[in-house]
Amino acid sequence: MKRMKGTEIFVECLRREGVEVIFGHPGGAILPIYDRLYDAEIRHILMRHEQAAAHAADGYARASGRVGVAMATSGPGATNLVTGIASAFMDSVPMVVFTGQVPSTLIGTDAFQEADVVGITRPCTKHNYLVLRTEDLARTIREAFYLARTGRPGPVLVDLPKDIQLSECEFEYPEQVHLRGYRPVLDGDREAIRRAAVAILEAERPVIYAGGGVIASDGAEELRRLAEIGRIPVATTLMGLGGFPTEHPLSLGMLGMHGSWYANTAISRCDLLIALGVRFDDRVTGKLSEFAPTARKIHVDIDPAEINKNVRVDIPIVGDVRRVLSVLNAEMEGLVSTHGTAAWVRKRQQWLAQIAEWKRTYPFRYEYDERVIKPQWVIEEIARITQGEAILTTDVGQHQMWAAQYYRFKHPRTWITSGGLGAMGFGLPAAIGAWFARRDRPVIAICGDGSFQMTMQELAVVAEHRIPVKVVILNNFFLGMVRQWQQIFYNGRYAASDLRVSPDYAKIAEAYGLRGHTVRRPEELVGLLEQTLLASEPVILDVQVAAEENVYPMVPPGAAITEMILGPLETTAVADSKESIA
Amino acid sequence: MLRTLILRVENRPGALARITGLFSARGINIESLTVARTEDPTLSHMTIVVDLDDVALEKLVKLLDRLVDVVTVTVVDTREAVERELLLLKVRQEPGQKLELLKEAELFRARVVDVAPHSYVLEVTGDEDKLEAFIRVFEKYGILEVVRSGKVALARG
Repeated sequence: MKRMKGTEIFVECLRREGVEVIFGHPGGAILPIYDRLYDAEIRHILMRHEQAAAHAADGYARASGRVGVAMATSGPGATNLVTGIASAFMDSVPMVVFTGQVPSTLIGTDAFQEADVVGITRPCTKHNYLVLRTEDLARTIREAFYLARTGRPGPVLVDLPKDIQLSECEFEYPEQVHLRGYRPVLDGDREAIRRAAVAILEAERPVIYAGGGVIASDGAEELRRLAEIGRIPVATTLMGLGGFPTEHPLSLGMLGMHGSWYANTAISRCDLLIALGVRFDDRVTGKLSEFAPTARKIHVDIDPAEINKNVRVDIPIVGDVRRVLSVLNAEMEGLVSTHGTAAWVRKRQQWLAQIAEWKRTYPFRYEYDERVIKPQWVIEEIARITQGEAILTTDVGQHQMWAAQYYRFKHPRTWITSGGLGAMGFGLPAAIGAWFARRDRPVIAICGDGSFQMTMQELAVVAEHRIPVKVVILNNFFLGMVRQWQQIFYNGRYAASDLRVSPDYAKIAEAYGLRGHTVRRPEELVGLLEQTLLASEPVILDVQVAAEENVYPMVPPGAAITEMILGPLETTAVADSKESIA
Repeated sequence: MLRTLILRVENRPGALARITGLFSARGINIESLTVARTEDPTLSHMTIVVDLDDVALEKLVKLLDRLVDVVTVTVVDTREAVERELLLLKVRQEPGQKLELLKEAELFRARVVDVAPHSYVLEVTGDEDKLEAFIRVFEKYGILEVVRSGKVALARG
């Protein structure tokens, strides 16, 4: 055994966890660790605001599937992290967050930059620790990483008083983690899986409802197998985008409040709902009593607390989505070989034909306009240029929904968005984090003008490391989603949603030493977009889009998901088809 | 409906806050709560009484179980668990009533633990029904103060 200082133990434990990069911001109470990092191999990226450090660690974790690490000082440094931690918690992102704390002798004295950080973050972390003895440091860090990445992933915070960082103790690395209150169940119950396979075999109108659990468990391949073996259409949640290719014939795209007409309609008419790694969120289900009302329900989730939380299900299976699907698929293949595929195919044919017709008749639609740039068109062009090979991060609002609707997703871990918490300002820092995880893919931050202003100081990080992210701002000079709600639900009274006084984003880029362009006319868009996305350096593109465009379809909050408000073109399509039926 | 939860939790700072936070975040009031060390000093035994229906209770139990600090959590009813509560009652003692008062205390196996010129403090343990009855009986003497420990419960067998 070797005597080591707290800061040395910290670096050694992170090295053993395979940490390559930390996103952080220094300050007094964490300075001993920063001083140690100065000579360490682990890279530290100085973010310009702690919120961005947490979002960057989140983006890194989601793009790589590994644990993201964020760090800040005590007090305000730690409180600034909270939004990013809460977002990671809602979206089950594996993260370990380190905060400096005032020396343990000063805790509770209202010392300078003191805050009760374990108290503040208790409801938005999977677990958290205040380390009060240097002897506990190695074990705590080991547990923190273990908790963050296993079971249902989530952020874990470790609060480090300054004296704990500075004291010495005998260092012994704990090879084993022993937590008697923590036993995640990974393998689903065999009997329940068998029942699920039979239910799928018996169903005439099954639909898969796939969420973030598919991505988190690296289960996209197994999902595709299940859909293809069972000939089952797949609707994904916002968090599940990328878990199933948009262009697959069985894809229904996104469901929910701004989901496709055909996904929401298929869910409402299905006789079997196969929910995979989802939590029946209100933005997905709308009015609960009318969500898949006639369906039997299978629910696979790693977190037992999600089972029967919002919706009672018939076949609950607690386990890791990928592992459960791999057993289920084997079971299905067995059933297919015993019973043959002919009957099966016949059974599904009508349902699949119906869905194919819905997809043809009611796709996502908008009115193209040659005088003004439609935001949906920008996303379509990004999808065309990147061929679905880019990593997209977003902020929160209309642009986020348009990106979800109009991008053509191909791969898991290429869609990174603040889904549950809906934290504006997520896009740029998450893109920075994603780039450190995956240098082989282009990274595009699709931002709203409102959201971008919340974290645009991170352009300094882009400039410092010449990170070749592309920022595409869908700029409508409004808090667009707020304005849309005000238009629809508040008689068009645009209270505090007007952003007409905004900076010139191209000049902001320039001020940071970056390239920036403004696109105002439709005829400029394609050229500038191609030039931007193919550039080898960072570019900020301010695309000034139709100011009062709305996201459709839209399910009003609390309504059934079939009660969609449609856009002008979609309304015409639905009316036409009703006429033709009549 | 009042329900009793028995938890075994890590005897660590923050564990209690984490548990009670789950209740307060959902607007659930805790009717009573007791915590103390067990035969294993690293474990605490917690008895929590809440007023919840079955659906809400099931959700809450799963959330409690999800906490890293919670080692086990069980819902028990009176048939499955031994439940006890301690009650201290300060009662007025008028001249001439002393004998009757002590006799009635005896019926409940209550003990006098403090004697003052004009009042007694009685100590009694039992289940919910017994303690309620005890209070009712002593109301006629003039109750000055009542304090209850909250229930402790232990699964039978």
